[in-house]
Amino acid sequence: MLQDQVALVTGASRGIGRAIALELASQGAKVAVNYAGSEDKAEAVVQEIKERGGVGIKIQANVSKDADVKRMVKKVVDEFGRLDILVNNAGITKDNLLMRMKEEEFDDVIDTNLKGVFLCTKGVTRQMMKQKYGRIINVASIVGVSGNPGQANYVAAKAGVIGMTKSNAKELAARNIQVNAVAPGYISTDMTDSLTDEQREQMLSLIPLKRLGEAADVARVVRFLATEDAAYMTGQTLHVDGGMVM
Amino acid sequence: MAETFDRVKQIIVDRLDVDESKVTMEASFKEDLEADSLDVVELVMELEDEFDMEISDEEAEKINTVGDAVNYISSQS
Repeated sequence: MLQDQVALVTGASRGIGRAIALELASQGAKVAVNYAGSEDKAEAVVQEIKERGGVGIKIQANVSKDADVKRMVKKVVDEFGRLDILVNNAGITKDNLLMRMKEEEFDDVIDTNLKGVFLCTKGVTRQMMKQKYGRIINVASIVGVSGNPGQANYVAAKAGVIGMTKSNAKELAARNIQVNAVAPGYISTDMTDSLTDEQREQMLSLIPLKRLGEAADVARVVRFLATEDAAYMTGQTLHVDGGMVM
Repeated sequence: MAETFDRVKQIIVDRLDVDESKVTMEASFKEDLEADSLDVVELVMELEDEFDMEISDEEAEKINTVGDAVNYISSQS
């Protein structure tokens, strides 16, 4: 379905990003697996792609640094000759109550989760404009829609990503570049594994489908947005949250 | 300079689909050649490829007319 296409997935060494990289590769896309620090894990994702007969490379880059992003995009294009799909997935959390949140905690999360999306999108636009084809998929979060106590920084960044998705969609539509977002709810990853049983029960009571999501649930929706099936969609944010926020 | 102008002109005619006679040194991309901001960005990208050079964002913002583009390219080569 994505044969001969090239995808770049940021923050793809684990969690949702890893699932997205594997999903896109399973559809025939050549995948660049970006990571910031976990080289071993990124290498493992590349190996897994190769074992399943796919093509993948790993690229280290901090998405909040313009020079890193430029180097990363250049490497993808040098290696594969084009770049069709960008998945802006890289993200961090530094949760804290508003009154305790340090300026640094706010800035770090905004830098990676919001500015990173800006830099990566800007970085690939030139190549996509030349190709007159591109799909950009931003991984936001349901809390960017609903809000969440203790996550002022993260929620602000994710709500910002949803807004930027719309703005970029309008700006790039005439060049056949579509920009959409997914907003995952509670997905079972390293980020949610640290919850207590009580917190988990509490959470499940808010989810109509009565289970935590899997990274693969999100990856399949991202794959949909990357394919021709989503040809008539742009600027949208799809909630992948078991019905938590409607 | 004349050769640069001809190469620039050809790119503009192809890209913006305008009549050759409209492409003069004085012509403004946005007002006379009906380009929108994104067209100009694309045009600058093509000029970079054609002349194998990099035009910084700051310089690109100063390019309003065909003459601006031709003069900038000539000054760099």
